[in-house]
Amino acid sequence: MPKFVKRALLLLVVFAMLAASLCGCTGGTQSTPDESQAVSNSGSDPSAAQSGELPPVGNSVTVGIAQDLSNLDPQLAATAGIREVLFNIFEGLVKASPDGSVTPAVASDYKLSEDGATYTFTLREGVTFHNGKTVTVEDVVYSLERCAGSENDGTPLVSAFSNVSSIEASGDNQVVITLAEPSTEFINSLTAAIIPKDSGATIATDLIGTGPFQFVSYAPQDNLVMEKYDGYWNQEKAASLDKVTFKIVADENAMVVGLKSGTLDLVVHLPNTLLKEVENDFTVRQNTMNIVQALYLNNAVEPFDNEQVRQAMYYAVNVDEIIEFVCSGAGVATGTSMYPNQQQYFMPELAENYQQDVEKAKELLAQAGYPDGFSMTMTVPSNYPQHMDTAQVLIEQLKAVGINAELVPVEWQTWVDDVYRGRNYESTVCGIAADDMTAREMLVRYMSDNRKNFIAFSDAEYDDVMTRAMASTDDAEQTGLYKRAEEILNEKAASLWIQDACELAVMNPALDGFTFYRTYVIDMSVVRYK
Amino acid sequence: MGKALLKRGGLLIGTMLLVSVLAFTAFSVIPGDPTGSVLGTEATDEQIATFRAQNGLDLPVWQRYWDWLTDFVTGDFGDSYKYDMTVAELVVTQAKVTLVMAGIAFALIVAISLPLGLIAARHQGGIVDKLVTVLSQVAMSVPNFVMGIGLLFLFAVVLSWFRPEYVPIEEDLAGHLRFMVLPALAVALPKSAMTVKLLRGSILGEMGQDYIRTAYSKGNSQGSALWRHVLRNAMIPVVTFLAMAIGDIMAGSIVVEQVFGIPGLGRMLISSIGNRDYPVVQAIVVLLAAVVVGCNFLADLLYRIMDPRIDGR
Amino acid sequence: MVSARQRNNSIFGKNMGTHRNWYLTIGMALTALMLIYIVIGFFWTPYAPSAISAADREAKPSLQHLFGCDSLGRDIFSRTLEGAGTTLTIALAVLAVGAVCGLAIGALCGYYGGPVDALVMRLCDATAAFPSVLLALVVLAVTGPGKYNVIGALGVLFIPSFARLVRGEFLKYRDRDFVQSARLMGVSDLRIIFVHILPNTWPVLLSGLTIGFNNAVLAEASMSYLGIGVSPTEPSLGYMLKDAQGVFFTLPWCTIFPAAVVILLILGVGLVGEGIRERMGVAS
Repeated sequence: MPKFVKRALLLLVVFAMLAASLCGCTGGTQSTPDESQAVSNSGSDPSAAQSGELPPVGNSVTVGIAQDLSNLDPQLAATAGIREVLFNIFEGLVKASPDGSVTPAVASDYKLSEDGATYTFTLREGVTFHNGKTVTVEDVVYSLERCAGSENDGTPLVSAFSNVSSIEASGDNQVVITLAEPSTEFINSLTAAIIPKDSGATIATDLIGTGPFQFVSYAPQDNLVMEKYDGYWNQEKAASLDKVTFKIVADENAMVVGLKSGTLDLVVHLPNTLLKEVENDFTVRQNTMNIVQALYLNNAVEPFDNEQVRQAMYYAVNVDEIIEFVCSGAGVATGTSMYPNQQQYFMPELAENYQQDVEKAKELLAQAGYPDGFSMTMTVPSNYPQHMDTAQVLIEQLKAVGINAELVPVEWQTWVDDVYRGRNYESTVCGIAADDMTAREMLVRYMSDNRKNFIAFSDAEYDDVMTRAMASTDDAEQTGLYKRAEEILNEKAASLWIQDACELAVMNPALDGFTFYRTYVIDMSVVRYK
Repeated sequence: MGKALLKRGGLLIGTMLLVSVLAFTAFSVIPGDPTGSVLGTEATDEQIATFRAQNGLDLPVWQRYWDWLTDFVTGDFGDSYKYDMTVAELVVTQAKVTLVMAGIAFALIVAISLPLGLIAARHQGGIVDKLVTVLSQVAMSVPNFVMGIGLLFLFAVVLSWFRPEYVPIEEDLAGHLRFMVLPALAVALPKSAMTVKLLRGSILGEMGQDYIRTAYSKGNSQGSALWRHVLRNAMIPVVTFLAMAIGDIMAGSIVVEQVFGIPGLGRMLISSIGNRDYPVVQAIVVLLAAVVVGCNFLADLLYRIMDPRIDGR
Repeated sequence: MVSARQRNNSIFGKNMGTHRNWYLTIGMALTALMLIYIVIGFFWTPYAPSAISAADREAKPSLQHLFGCDSLGRDIFSRTLEGAGTTLTIALAVLAVGAVCGLAIGALCGYYGGPVDALVMRLCDATAAFPSVLLALVVLAVTGPGKYNVIGALGVLFIPSFARLVRGEFLKYRDRDFVQSARLMGVSDLRIIFVHILPNTWPVLLSGLTIGFNNAVLAEASMSYLGIGVSPTEPSLGYMLKDAQGVFFTLPWCTIFPAAVVILLILGVGLVGEGIRERMGVAS
């Protein structure tokens, strides 16, 4: 029936127009991403062109982050992804600076006693919380005690605080922290957030700190919004931006779409493999990730308990090829458990050992009693494409010496439980970072009785060297001993050390001032429009 | 009918109980616990032990289930481990988002499939019919994330019609709806294809019924009165299918929410499973099961109402 | 439930004839083509599917690499040849698991009824209402990842729908005259179920199978997307698509070609199903 068909068609047309008009509302005024970027790339265009139909409210920036923020308690902050955002809102007695050291923040200065066990902090005058109140000694003592576990049944929220024996106020502007064991590295843990007295129960939802930005809102799996805090104590370093939105983005693909469509202004951790996608339209900065990626071998299981087998495997793989494949050549080979940004300790020459040599690998395998190779499994967290790719390249390389590796992708929490904590695995590819960014942290974990020694490496000389290094108060001697420890990890091929991988920070060309830190920090106070 | 309904309601609750038991068992089977995500990989044994004790994770499974169940019945859904919120807050926020998307998707399905299905049936065997059949077959064969990414690419990057930035409903209703159209379309396309096929088949089936044949043999052309009869009967399976589709859409939105970065129920489910955030998962699983079972129930009810030939067996 | 009206569409006579040929022919041709593609993949691929090559990284489609290469320099054509095989194997095995178990459960429940039937159906409801991701995660956690375990995980998910389908059919037939008379003649229950009733459910089951095939392939892809699935060293089409989504913009061929293979594979079977449905006169 023509009449009927007409009606049906009409319905279809109406629907199509409806859909088009809904989409079209946004489409009309928005310049195509290419145009706006081309213009702002030349530097002549003001910031406004970037964000489509609506001009940005004042001076705002949207940052794409990959991880959801979840629990925002600054002292609990379990993941690097949360810490790097909260850096803008909270400050400790000291705070991280770009070179990896710490600078005074809520404290104006501090003294470490001769024996290295007593820290005395003098509070800075005129530091205020975002609620306008001045920071007092009581606030500081409360915060530090909370870190030490006062509100968590005595279990420290910040694990380094298990070394604290007392926290006391001295006068109305000094705090004295006494340690059980002397430690010059404890100062790095005092970046722990200072929060108002008795705010522990609400701090994760009502974030009040002393940082350059104050918290506005948080929506799970969507975003966290913060705005400039006008009362920031350090007016020289006050924020230039009025508003910053951290947008939680599901995957890399969405990151690229967000950048290209102008909804994201800054993405800090983008895999290097996407360089081609963004390099023409955006300001792109490359940075190493401060991790050590390796094929970690469980030294407690056969055949990896055999040093010759591990060395043979190291000779069998081609590290440079892996870096070429997964980081487009921009990663840095490490050769041991240390990454290049630890300039004082990093030994680039170690990466020169174990140049790929298939014959030598076969020889070593034969000596170890595996002339025909063997079969093994690689348990890899499937949510890390970079590690998955690395594993696949490794598998192909190991085939050449008769080692047949099977890739077992697992979900992240399974990996944490089975591999990292349970040590129930043969080998795994992952990246290990230092929790507090110290050299010691990268090395101490491979002492035979350390609970983080998930590769179950056990070597008497290593334990001895590390014990002496940690006890040493002489910097040169300590550095020498740490370097010896690094050599041992390389000589014994404790694992197949690969690289410190590379990642990209990609930003709207109208932005300037972004600074990389050695630690996990996205410092928005230095970011500004040109 | 009232008794049947009561019985049906009892079964509904039984099914949901079963689902909640399954979910609890699931977590005692899969490796990992919330300490990994809440405290981080480097948590000390002491921190882990404290957390487990504080949250009753060291109790036996059956006891935890019983505690959960008794709380749940009294309306206390517990607190999320991972987020500093109550489960009720969290789930309600996320569910609203998914509900809006499901609503739009449902409207799109109806708007797309009814006209196409009718046209295809009307011109059975013709070029239009073949085109519609093949196109719907194609729409059904595209994996949903590929469809989503494809739409996103087309509308956001190539055409720049779509701003891939989620807008909360509280902030801007129009913006929220505008954003939701594209993900809803990604959900709606394959479902529409199925509906078209079903509707077309159902109309053709109805056309073959005796009373229609009699009408034809009497020399009736395919008049509108006749069509109304055909349609009325042919719509029965379609309406029941659509009722069930609501449940499917709600429960099956996981992938699309992931692709478009929508803070909805499905995405929350996935990440909560990943984080082993049991209370959240438990609540979402039960909620989704209620929606699915409820929609099936609705479908059944509609079927009975629309087709008096079926008695309450 | 829908197919209560299983009638002969004879009124459309000849018209139907040309019609059914069209879908069946195209569907058969397409399916045959894909089968050949897959069989070739079993015996021969131009390159080893998992062989990486630094020189061919991100190579565009060319004569050397028909479908181009991915970021590890693996030949996409070879990988789709192998991947299509993996996907087909998974889909068919999942269907087999789902259909056989579903058939057994549905047939027994539908024929006998009673409290066991009610209980089993509730269990089916619960499984169907349970998030498939969680269920798959559980199965894979127990068995570990891998092709066969994926089959098990997805197979379980497919049981309820088949069980319900078959049960519905059995409910319809169990009180029909021919069944009653067979019973009176002393035919055993098993024989009634398999010889008398089962053949009648064939059309409905067949169309359930073709739709099931569609869903099985897509389910495997979704699971891969969510990171629960086969190992990348034995790629399925779903895994390839997931793998490629990060480079959707730079290396579009990594998405386009596997997606095309998936679509053609499903389309072929779908059209065959469509043709069969028309021929058998099953509405849906």
